[in-house]
Amino acid sequence: MTHFFFSLTLGLYVCATAAYLGCLFKVSTKLTQWATRLLGIGFIAHILSTIHLANQVKHLPLTDMQGALSFFSLMIIGAFLFFERKYKVTTLGSFVTPVALLMLIVSSALHGGARQLPPILQSNWFWFHALLAFASYAAFAIACGVAVMYLLQRSLLKKKHFNGLFQKLPPLETLDEISYRCLAIGFPLLTVAIISGAIWSEKAIGNYWEWDPKQTWSLITWLIYAALLHGRLTIGWRGKRAAILSIIGFVVLLVTFFGMKHSITW
Amino acid sequence: MNIIVVGLSHRTATVEIREKVAFSPNLIEKPLRTLVSLEGIVEGVIVSTCNRVEIYATTRDIAGGIARIKRFMADHHRIPLESLEPHLYSYHSEAAIRHVFRVASSLDSMVIGEPQILGQIKTSYGYAAEYKSSGIILNRFLHKAFSVAKRVRTETKIASSAVSVAFAAVELAKKVLGDLSDKTVMLVGAGEMCELAAKHFINSGAKGVMVTNRTFERAERLADEFKGEAVPFEELFQHLHRADIVLSSTGAPHVIITPKDVTDVVKRRKFRPMFFIDIAVPRDIDPKVDDVDGAFLFTVDDLQEIVQANLAQRNREAEKAEEIIDQEIGQFYKWLSSLGVTPTIVALRSRFDEIRRTELEKTISGWKELPPDSEKRLEALTMAIMNKLLHAPTTALKQAGQGGRVDLYVDALRQLFDLQTGLQDDDELELEE
Repeated sequence: MTHFFFSLTLGLYVCATAAYLGCLFKVSTKLTQWATRLLGIGFIAHILSTIHLANQVKHLPLTDMQGALSFFSLMIIGAFLFFERKYKVTTLGSFVTPVALLMLIVSSALHGGARQLPPILQSNWFWFHALLAFASYAAFAIACGVAVMYLLQRSLLKKKHFNGLFQKLPPLETLDEISYRCLAIGFPLLTVAIISGAIWSEKAIGNYWEWDPKQTWSLITWLIYAALLHGRLTIGWRGKRAAILSIIGFVVLLVTFFGMKHSITW
Repeated sequence: MNIIVVGLSHRTATVEIREKVAFSPNLIEKPLRTLVSLEGIVEGVIVSTCNRVEIYATTRDIAGGIARIKRFMADHHRIPLESLEPHLYSYHSEAAIRHVFRVASSLDSMVIGEPQILGQIKTSYGYAAEYKSSGIILNRFLHKAFSVAKRVRTETKIASSAVSVAFAAVELAKKVLGDLSDKTVMLVGAGEMCELAAKHFINSGAKGVMVTNRTFERAERLADEFKGEAVPFEELFQHLHRADIVLSSTGAPHVIITPKDVTDVVKRRKFRPMFFIDIAVPRDIDPKVDDVDGAFLFTVDDLQEIVQANLAQRNREAEKAEEIIDQEIGQFYKWLSSLGVTPTIVALRSRFDEIRRTELEKTISGWKELPPDSEKRLEALTMAIMNKLLHAPTTALKQAGQGGRVDLYVDALRQLFDLQTGLQDDDELELEE
């Protein structure tokens, strides 16, 4: 069953991504509607697949790379569906869904060993920490997608290329606002995630902060987003500068996610 | 019955001629009555806008009908026909249907896709309906034209983009600033183009207007007009940071707004973006202002480029619209030609015969033992009944001959006996729309 839901999800995401990419080139309300519908159904299938897997292994499948990537993808799609509803920005889907799809494909290619959950992870603090972290990652992923769109639209405006893509992309200020919203949601989540992670660390190994690569890079990510938020609120960093920082932040976040392993868990 | 169109438009006549033959809506009753009293003209509608004057009519005599309408137009406006004739065009049958569908869909307009023409035709039709100069055919015809126009509007992007410089400015501003409802516009200098653009901005929801000009009285006057605020020219930079949209068109020989000014202003605004449009020649705003973070500068040339691109898009969309019209013409023409006396009689007979034969078969197949010859006899009997029943309406229809009556009969017969072809009732469009 897990396999069925997972395959269904993958299939629907492929179709939805194709539809969203098509929306960049063609004006069609039907296509837009179908893209959202397919993605929405895919999202539900993805949730079912995750629940099913969780039921099998008796915990949320976040502890290996396969499960983590799938969950990351799930959170991104969820966040996107929320923002699409709120701001009516279909084109955001053209930038975000391919990333989520790619994550899911990579996840499906990985082999998840049905490992026993290490006792160190059997802590509510860990699950709290992990869920919040993923939620913040999703928010930052959307912020990154919006930032790419911002830079693209800005360069079209500056070069006075009033082409089809220009017509499709949302207004700069709308993009800037979504970016700020993502930041305002993602940053507190990340903050609490890091704090709860430290508490878990203390409970598990008796030390709040280990300065292992994962923690260090998490801190760097946090500092970048802190700087971005601070700059925005005090000096008024927005637009191009904010977009570039937001992209850098997400790249660092991905490095943290993929590259750095916890010394205490793996 | 044939549909004919006689008229002139911006394509064939200058404005001087167009205004001479225009019909005033207040005095439309008399010409409409005269029109349908012309020999051979059954129904008539007069469409008169600043870009076209056209008469739609139905007649049995195409050549005579067209000639009499031309004469009527000349006589009514007391112009010699010889001087009017070169500007007039006329269409009949399928070409007439195509013409009206194209006009209603705004494919024949000066600016393709402009939305007013449909409303103007609806109004003109309203008068014709009010004074009963239009009848069954033109009613159907114009309703069809309205539904075709609606289809063109929804299925193509013919009217979806700005084709004036002032409106292009608004669209561009929306692409930068998003919602304009909390934005303030500042006019630097008081050129005509700026004024027009400012009006568009206000219509699109812009919150406030500031006006500055070298002559303060002029700024005040314009500010009054927009219920805005006049700013002395010397204090421009004290107020510039409050403006989200700056429209500049002074006659100054040198640059007024420099990158340094804008850098300061943007900083003061905490980098909230500013949208500049420079309409002046020579330029008022240094082109380098566009390099300032948070400032977006556009010139008339940029706007012109958008307009050109949009016009090109409209022309592409117009091709799609022509395809839609092609489909719809076929359908309508089928209906129109079915309206003749002979096709109606044929349709009516075959409807009766169909019923007769089905009922006959039912009866015969239910009988077990039939006397010899009975099948033939029943056949003869039912045929006789049918022919007797059809005799009176057929004769009446044939005798109704020329004139408006026959259309009434034909239409009634088609509706009562369900002989409709071509047009469905959902093609009817409410006028109020």
